[in-house]
Amino acid sequence: MKMVTAIIQTHKLDEVREALNAIGVNGMTVTEAKGYGRTKGHTEIYRGAEYQINYIPKFKIDLVVDDSIADNVIETIVKTANTGKIGDGKIFVWDIETAIRIRTGEKDQQAL
Amino acid sequence: MFNSGDTAWILTSTALVLVMTMPGLALFYGGLVRSRNILSVLMHCSAICCVSSVLWFILGYSLAFSGDGAYIGSLSNVFLLDMARESAMGSIPESVFFSFQMTFAVITPALIVGAYVERIKFGAVLLFSSLWLLLVYVPVCHWVWGGGWLADMGILDFAGGIVVHVTAGASALVIAIALGNRSGFPNQISPPHAPWMVMVGAAMLWVGWFGFNAGSALSAGSDAGMALLVTHLSAATASLVWLTIEWIRFGKPSLIGLVTGTIAGLATVTPASGFIGPVGGLVCGLVGGGVCYYCVDLIKGRFNIDDSLDVFAVHGIGGATGTILVAFLALESMSGVGLGDVSAMSQLKTQIIGIGAVLVWSVIITLAIIYITRKLVGLRVELEDEMEGLDYKAHGETGYNL
Repeated sequence: MKMVTAIIQTHKLDEVREALNAIGVNGMTVTEAKGYGRTKGHTEIYRGAEYQINYIPKFKIDLVVDDSIADNVIETIVKTANTGKIGDGKIFVWDIETAIRIRTGEKDQQAL
Repeated sequence: MFNSGDTAWILTSTALVLVMTMPGLALFYGGLVRSRNILSVLMHCSAICCVSSVLWFILGYSLAFSGDGAYIGSLSNVFLLDMARESAMGSIPESVFFSFQMTFAVITPALIVGAYVERIKFGAVLLFSSLWLLLVYVPVCHWVWGGGWLADMGILDFAGGIVVHVTAGASALVIAIALGNRSGFPNQISPPHAPWMVMVGAAMLWVGWFGFNAGSALSAGSDAGMALLVTHLSAATASLVWLTIEWIRFGKPSLIGLVTGTIAGLATVTPASGFIGPVGGLVCGLVGGGVCYYCVDLIKGRFNIDDSLDVFAVHGIGGATGTILVAFLALESMSGVGLGDVSAMSQLKTQIIGIGAVLVWSVIITLAIIYITRKLVGLRVELEDEMEGLDYKAHGETGYNL
């Protein structure tokens, strides 16, 4: 099993979710996140005063998938979350040791 | 006897002006601060509303509107002892006049909240506002509207350019300086936490201002009608002025900019509203919008004074600008009500004396009140409280429990 963490543009969430549903992903965890990378924030102006906004709102999605579809999941996210502009986000992938469904106690593949 | 039309309109206006503070001004200011201080701002406005109402009843109204002293009224009507159910003030019951004036006594000290947000002790808010109401607002109210020396000079201040906006604006600047800038000002402060709330508050102020200005006619006739019309024109025009300046200067017109322009236009037209014609309203908006915009930059940017929500630049300067403009805009050639046999220049002189005297009085007395407040309860919270926010630290509540 692989854990895929993707940080994406806020307006791309629905598109990514639909695309992942279509390839058999059954669930994900979404977090409202803030951060900066190469974009380095932006400025906002209120009553003539400039405010430096260092952290830009993003969505962080976490999902655990079977090894067999991991590559497909990553490819799908890269394709759908891409706008070609700076600030599109990043994807991190790592191995998961075990997964348990709390209601039934099912493990690993059955728990996904 | 009473005129029921007049009475109905002033009853309505009283409600409109109360809504300006509760919750109009509270929301307008609340949206401009950081999320950790939202409740403290709502609390300041609400508490000042309550304290001012009671003080107005006990002492303020009598000192402002009884007796014929040049500088201060008499004590004959404390606790409204002199007022009967049937007492009249012009064509309306005195109870209605008292209440209408009370809503002005409520909003004026509440305007100053914008200067000291996010760092003042709550006890200081209560003590400062109470003393300020009785020692600054009440005397000036008597000078201008209660038959005092400025009224005798023939000063024109229809709805409070001097009484409300110059007093509050000047004192706001003084307390902002005395209190010191917010930690991190100007570069490390987060932006307004809820611009939408600022707009909602400004919209309530705009509507409430119809009661403020048109209600100040104290009758439901042509004076009230024209005051309402010019008030609206000035607000709309100043909003557009602000929007245009920002659009040209920054490439984007902002919502907070537009509604700040609205308030600048409203403050500017206030002293003039009952004396001028529609074109006068337009002129008030054009001049007030431009001048106030410039002053916001001047006070915060150039002088580095953290009058946090721009009370002096928007209210003080707006009110003073309108007070000067009325000397010309009230002329019959400008479709105003005319100045009688007084020349515009002579009226201008009276207006400037009024502004100057009230400015000096407000600054000196505010300094004294600050001194007393600092001695008795202290002025500013600890740095740690400022960092964590006044909502939890001063009131034990948090604005957003998500």
